[in-house]
Amino acid sequence: MTFDTNATSHSDAGGASAKRSALGVLAPFIRWEMLLLIILVATILIGNWASGDFLTGLNFSNSINNAMEVAIMALAMAPIIITGDIDLSVESMVGLSGAVMGALWAGLTPFGMVPLPIAIVIALLVGVIGGLFNGILVTRWGLPALVVTLGTLALYRGLAKVLMGTNVVTNLPGGYTDFAFKNIPGTFIPWTFPTFLILAVIFWAVMHKTWIGREIFAIGKNKSAARYSGVRVGTTRTALFVVAGFVAALAGIILALRFDSVRSSNGINMTLTVVTIAVLGGIDINGGKGTITGVVLAVLTLAAVQSVLRLVGVSAYIDAAVGFLLIFSVIAPLLARKTQSLFNRGRLGGQSPGTGPQRESFGQKRGGGV
Amino acid sequence: MASNVAMAGSARSRAGSIVSRLMQSRELTLGIVVVVLCGLVGYLTPNFLVLGNLQSVTAMIAIIAIAGLGETLVIITKNVDLSVESTMGVVAYCVGNELTQKHLTVQEAWIFGLAIGIALGATNGVIVTILKVPSIVATLGTMAIFRGIAFFVANGRDVVLGDLPDNYTDPAYASFFGVPYFVILALALIAVMAVILKYTSFGRDLYAVGSNADAAATIGVRARVTVFAAFTIGGFFAGIAGILWGIYFGGIDSTTAGGESLVVIAAVVVGGVSITGGSGTVIGAALGALFLGLVNNALGVLSVDQSWLQVFYGAVILIAVSVDAIIQRQAQLNKARSRIR
Repeated sequence: MTFDTNATSHSDAGGASAKRSALGVLAPFIRWEMLLLIILVATILIGNWASGDFLTGLNFSNSINNAMEVAIMALAMAPIIITGDIDLSVESMVGLSGAVMGALWAGLTPFGMVPLPIAIVIALLVGVIGGLFNGILVTRWGLPALVVTLGTLALYRGLAKVLMGTNVVTNLPGGYTDFAFKNIPGTFIPWTFPTFLILAVIFWAVMHKTWIGREIFAIGKNKSAARYSGVRVGTTRTALFVVAGFVAALAGIILALRFDSVRSSNGINMTLTVVTIAVLGGIDINGGKGTITGVVLAVLTLAAVQSVLRLVGVSAYIDAAVGFLLIFSVIAPLLARKTQSLFNRGRLGGQSPGTGPQRESFGQKRGGGV
Repeated sequence: MASNVAMAGSARSRAGSIVSRLMQSRELTLGIVVVVLCGLVGYLTPNFLVLGNLQSVTAMIAIIAIAGLGETLVIITKNVDLSVESTMGVVAYCVGNELTQKHLTVQEAWIFGLAIGIALGATNGVIVTILKVPSIVATLGTMAIFRGIAFFVANGRDVVLGDLPDNYTDPAYASFFGVPYFVILALALIAVMAVILKYTSFGRDLYAVGSNADAAATIGVRARVTVFAAFTIGGFFAGIAGILWGIYFGGIDSTTAGGESLVVIAAVVVGGVSITGGSGTVIGAALGALFLGLVNNALGVLSVDQSWLQVFYGAVILIAVSVDAIIQRQAQLNKARSRIR
């Protein structure tokens, strides 16, 4: 935030037209990712200043590990937001998949004690089914994604509660918990981090290098135009919900293994963080724009911010800070555009290109596509 | 708007007319469902329809219904307020805190609580209308931020019943000729809002903005002011709900009312307020709260595992919006048919 305002006030203070045109030339390079990188570096500097423990290997592995579940979920949330939908139910799917895995493994279900690998496969399958259910209600029945996923937010959490009751399953097999908890031998990099990076590369390649990604952006920009140009809009949107369900289930399994604890409340309030990472990463909340690179940078930024807050002992306010980041990351590009248009108005004399498209959507657009 | 279409449809197909008209009036349907539900559960378990049980049930229903009033206004304008649970929590905690610290008298504390509610609602309004953040994102953020405020004020301390003024929680269990005070208050507020929505220009503005913002702007409705007002009034009602929550429970911690947004929104949606904006009534929303509350209690009385409650909330939201969508599609179909003729 500070950097954004500094940049503009600087040039305003300069006043000279030479400086303005210099900024104009630079403008294409001042991208959201660049800003994120600056925020990330600033957070790391602040963290280092605030606590001597910040730039240690241990803290790195802890804070990265803490963010990995929300990180992989944000990768799947990004394309959903790009198509103009939203999935609020992911946090409950985290709880449900963990509950399915834990209940099956510990023999809380009528099926006896199921071996963990099979329980994990079934939990992932539940994620796929849950995502498919969301997708079908949204695309085939034409219901708003907001209210569908609000409903399944309650539904999936409820199912997790029914499965688990007040039981807590712990003492999961060490080989599995090690994957979620331990570092790659000899490094400070937790096993989950390369997992996230591989997923990130896959998402990046699909979103930015294939026709599937182009279709997703096309849907987000204009659904009917996409449909008329042969994009199977419904199928693609459904598929994205399925992917989100699957990834949330995976995150639920990792979370359960990492804490070696399955309870029905696993993953509660995670949706806030997931949506925040996506939006902070530059995914336009109104759809059609965004990059996976931005999301990866946002993951690192968020992990750093959370770590700083934890180290200075205000971890109770982490969610509030995340909420603030969420709203900030929607407002910031808008403000940037506005200052830029003010700028252009000064230069071109009365023309303000930036303001047209935003005007129509205030207070009206909700995440859900109708 | 919907009723016109219903008329056109029923004139042609008499057989389906009763069913379709029933479907069209969510208030009537819910009313019947509630009566049937009460009868059924009352028949199965004698202690359901006992006055004591009904009183404790209705107090909680009144709280949800009052919070639902504000949510109804917001949803009619095609927005949503996810932060209502945090507003309730902050108000409940702050009022309790002021009373235990003996800074304020009871009445002053309540006014203070209402002021907080209004301020938080207005904050949402500013973020949505002036900063132009989509309401779902804005209130997802403020839900966490407001909760952070409660944490900050609480600083780890809880409000305990013993520190509150004597007899502070009595109003929650008192009644006037058998009608609990909370219910009287809720009914009064519902009546006022029903009149405002139906007979004032502000009420019509809300529906206009929610059903077609561009058309509303063309006829001179100030959409931004209207949406801002909806959020602010929403905060006001969440404030009242928070104060009542404090009176009902006495002891309060900073996580109070967590998860209630879902219940409030479920009540409103079940009550026939369309999530796509522009239609619905506060009476429907109140009946929705009554329905959810009765089911909640019925599960308890029938000793069904409470875990199923959340499954039920989820299912009921999905069913309600599905029915809405079917009705809308039917209405459009009827309209298209009548156009062809």
